[in-house]
Amino acid sequence: MQNTDTIIEIEELSKSFGTFGVLDDINISFQSKQITAILGKSGSGKSVLMKNIIGILEPDRGKIKIDGTNIVPLPEKQRREYRRKIGYLFQDSALFDSMTVEENIAFPLVEVLHMRDQRAIRKVVQEKLDWVQLSGIENKYPDELSGGMRKRVALARSLAGEPEVLLFDEPTTGLDPVLEESINSLIQRVNHELGMTCIIITHDIVGSFQLAHKIAFLDEGKIQVEGTPENVADVAHPVLQKFLENSFIAAHRTMDNMELL
Amino acid sequence: MIRLYSKIMHGLERLGLFWVFSVDVFKWTFRRPRRFQLLTAQIEHMGVASVPIIVLSSFAIGMIMSLQLINVLGLFRSEPLAGAAVGITMARELAPVITALMLIAKNGSAITAEIGSMRISEQIDAMETMSVHPIQYLVVPRVWAAVIVFPILTALANVIGIAGSYAVSVWYKSVDRASYLFELYRMVNPKDVYSGIIKAAVLGLIVGLISSFYGYYVKGGSKAVGDAATSSVVAASVSILIADFIMTDILLKVMFG
Repeated sequence: MQNTDTIIEIEELSKSFGTFGVLDDINISFQSKQITAILGKSGSGKSVLMKNIIGILEPDRGKIKIDGTNIVPLPEKQRREYRRKIGYLFQDSALFDSMTVEENIAFPLVEVLHMRDQRAIRKVVQEKLDWVQLSGIENKYPDELSGGMRKRVALARSLAGEPEVLLFDEPTTGLDPVLEESINSLIQRVNHELGMTCIIITHDIVGSFQLAHKIAFLDEGKIQVEGTPENVADVAHPVLQKFLENSFIAAHRTMDNMELL
Repeated sequence: MIRLYSKIMHGLERLGLFWVFSVDVFKWTFRRPRRFQLLTAQIEHMGVASVPIIVLSSFAIGMIMSLQLINVLGLFRSEPLAGAAVGITMARELAPVITALMLIAKNGSAITAEIGSMRISEQIDAMETMSVHPIQYLVVPRVWAAVIVFPILTALANVIGIAGSYAVSVWYKSVDRASYLFELYRMVNPKDVYSGIIKAAVLGLIVGLISSFYGYYVKGGSKAVGDAATSSVVAASVSILIADFIMTDILLKVMFG
């Protein structure tokens, strides 16, 4: 992939389900090697936007440019080639429950990278598990793992495919604060150590403001606000300000309670 | 009236979707990469693991048929024809159909439930994000495993059914062994066996496609998966009976006409 500033660009993207419009004329760009967080109310279309980018859904209208090429009108085979550069971390991990942890992580090595040497595959699996700090669980099945472990195995599986962009669908939802912090620091490592572009859908406002280089706020089917965390915090959008107010008040309350203790 | 109309339209849409799905299965069969390990794993899962139930059911059917037939044939003092009658009926009809019905219950519902669970837990979506086509990875091996396994198990059902018939006729009802075997070899034609094997392969294809289809397009939660498994068993059972009628008509004209 060329080392350009903008790696993914969405232009005038719209998506409806029957008469129910979800995305309406979305325009947003994602910069290479940066972390972008997409915030929005539940049901605002954040996951739908991500699924359009990764190809699980097809847009009704608009362009999805990867490395400057609009992939929407391309034949299926060519679209798949472009989409191999993007990894996706599902909210519920979506690990293959009939496969062990090792087989899950080996899946993209075999199917995407076409590796055949079993020793080499095992070595890479080991490396990925070490990277997410989960060595020794290769033979476990997903139902034997905790939620946090499943997320890290899912991350290891996404990394195994050697993508250039990673999409995270609510990576910290449902996790305790300690795990939230560890997942956020993993995302930071993915960006800093591996140089991957990260796009995150999240409700963790505080975390995203600490983590992201850019914040986008999706509301009523459109990107209402876009910019650095400092710039976004100053925008007088009522729904966004409510979000920020509630999240930072809750964070402050937690800090105050800790001080009282 | 409006409800009937929308039910008919929904049914036609599903039929259209099934047609598109089936065409996709055939297309993806011939595209690389070809995953023979997945096919062999499914053959083992569907075939080897189904041997006990097929042996049990076909032995029982052979025994029951012989009991009933000897009762009737006894009126004409033609008891030795029981073996031939069981042999022809098993080979042409009962072995493929009973095998298919048993495997719908055992494997068809399992295929629907497995693929359906993968759908609702986004495992199929995860596969797509890794540019692995889920029809090629999940459906193609299962469909072609069914096409291979159904005829093999049907052949086994033929043999075991006749063994059951022999046990009842010769050992239990004291039919003359030599007469029984003579009539069996005289009247059962290789064409009877071939027609049953051809039917079994087609029924395997139908069951594989229908079971996978219902799982692939599940929407909702665990209740939806359960409903899909039930619906796929019903749809597959009805379909194989209709298909059996059509194939019987064709094969009787082509092979025995």
